[in-house]
Amino acid sequence: MTIYAALGALEQGLVYGIMVIGVYLTFRILDFPDLTVDGSLPLGASLSALAITSGLNPYLSLILAMIGGFVAGAVTAILNTKFKILHLLASILTMIALYSINIRIMGGPNIALIGAATVFDPVIALGVPPHLASVVVFSLFAALVMALVIWFLKTEFGQAVLATGDNPQMIISQGVNTHLIIIVGVGLSNALVSLSGALVAQNQGAADVGMGIGTIIAGLASVIVGETLFGASSVTRAIIAAVLGSVVYRLAIALALGLEFKGFAFSPSDLNLITALLVIGALIAPKLKTRLTVR
Amino acid sequence: MIALDRCTKYFHRGSVNEVLALNDISLTIDDGDFITVIGSNGAGKSTLLNALAGSFQLDTGSININDKDVTRWPEYKRAKLIARVFQDPLLGTCPSATIEQNMALALRRGKSRGLGRWIKAGERDRFRRDLTTIGLGLEARMQDRVGLLSGGQRQALTMLMATLVRPEVLLLDEHIAALDPKTAGQILALTRDIVAEQDLTTLMITHNMKHAIEFGNRLIMLHQGRIILDVDGDGKRRLTVDDLLQQFYRVQGEALANDSMLLT
Repeated sequence: MTIYAALGALEQGLVYGIMVIGVYLTFRILDFPDLTVDGSLPLGASLSALAITSGLNPYLSLILAMIGGFVAGAVTAILNTKFKILHLLASILTMIALYSINIRIMGGPNIALIGAATVFDPVIALGVPPHLASVVVFSLFAALVMALVIWFLKTEFGQAVLATGDNPQMIISQGVNTHLIIIVGVGLSNALVSLSGALVAQNQGAADVGMGIGTIIAGLASVIVGETLFGASSVTRAIIAAVLGSVVYRLAIALALGLEFKGFAFSPSDLNLITALLVIGALIAPKLKTRLTVR
Repeated sequence: MIALDRCTKYFHRGSVNEVLALNDISLTIDDGDFITVIGSNGAGKSTLLNALAGSFQLDTGSININDKDVTRWPEYKRAKLIARVFQDPLLGTCPSATIEQNMALALRRGKSRGLGRWIKAGERDRFRRDLTTIGLGLEARMQDRVGLLSGGQRQALTMLMATLVRPEVLLLDEHIAALDPKTAGQILALTRDIVAEQDLTTLMITHNMKHAIEFGNRLIMLHQGRIILDVDGDGKRRLTVDDLLQQFYRVQGEALANDSMLLT
């Protein structure tokens, strides 16, 4: 692997790490498998791209993207809590609806951002070499999001979010409106996913309606890789492990794509298959292990 | 004072499985009443407590707690006034949170939860003191996850958590039924101490006639969603297990008689 490929994997791992924290919030903390993310990642990209091409400051466009993501997540959670639609189905419905919405937002399937203002401009203006600017910016964003989420989960409200995923009956008896917690929690998760999508779009120079496909699987893979390699004994540790897991996952993908064996090589389109196999392996490994040890 | 006025609840209404779980129940509970609730399976004991707690909405009737009409309040809102301990020791605590985290959650029962720290200065000392009173040594394990505790320890912790903030009414739904006899005795003693110390208005469901007679100042027996016996004061003090059993057989005999009448 070249240094450029490694650098690329690092920057991808960091920027998608923000998405992975979002997936961790729903999948692990709220026990709410949320497929909205496949739509809210391109939603963030679309909103940010539209805002930038309309002349808005790239940083402000991120706030817009996060608001959009929050609303998308809240819709999924409202469908689930208030209308009793199964969480998986509710999130698929929102995800499908977002496909059309994203095309409406962009006025087409994509918006190019070549030459447009980005969040990297101020950093490059400070003298950081352009090829390192995205790593620097993404490190800062990932660190900031990690710190904020860890802080949030240690507030009274954050503890109620943790308890809602852990024992809903208990926390209702303690006077917590679990519907509100789930709506805010899934909303925040998708706000992070949209932020991630907006940053990805600015980095790759385009927002595209198809860029969200497989987000949930990549997110799950990263969460699982992180937990396996770095542990999840506390919330702080689990959040950091999620981002590190994302980096390791992207490095592993970059390595796999660089492999060549007697004329066979993986193509980028094999990525989803490899990731799906990775997640399946990680999910069934504990069960296989207990089955083998029992015998 | 708590007043249930003509409360009725059907489950699976309109289907073949229709059950009349609460049949026009009216009950007035005075402040400081400790009521033991008995009745055979399906008599409506848990349904009565769940109706008070707001686990479901009544079909008809109203519930007032201290002159507040809570009939339409959702369960989480009623938690301001009501604390509960369930039969299943796993229901009352969060397994992946530590003992002190669970207690901090309980200390905020019914209060708004904002962006302040989950535990405030001084709260830890208070939790340690409270844990010392239950005598299980949990005060030395405050950073342990609750999932590591035994059922009895978890139920003791749940009792303590239910009363960290004094509730207007404490609901105990067979809270010792899932424990071994020794632990059950400890939890029962703890219950008696806490209820007496805080002078709590309490409803306790039990299957044990001796406990029903021994505890509290008032006893109600439910049958087919109705209150068929309500004794307090001297009447309750004079009550024996035989009296209760006779009462049980009488209503069950009636039920049998009714059934046989239907069949002939």
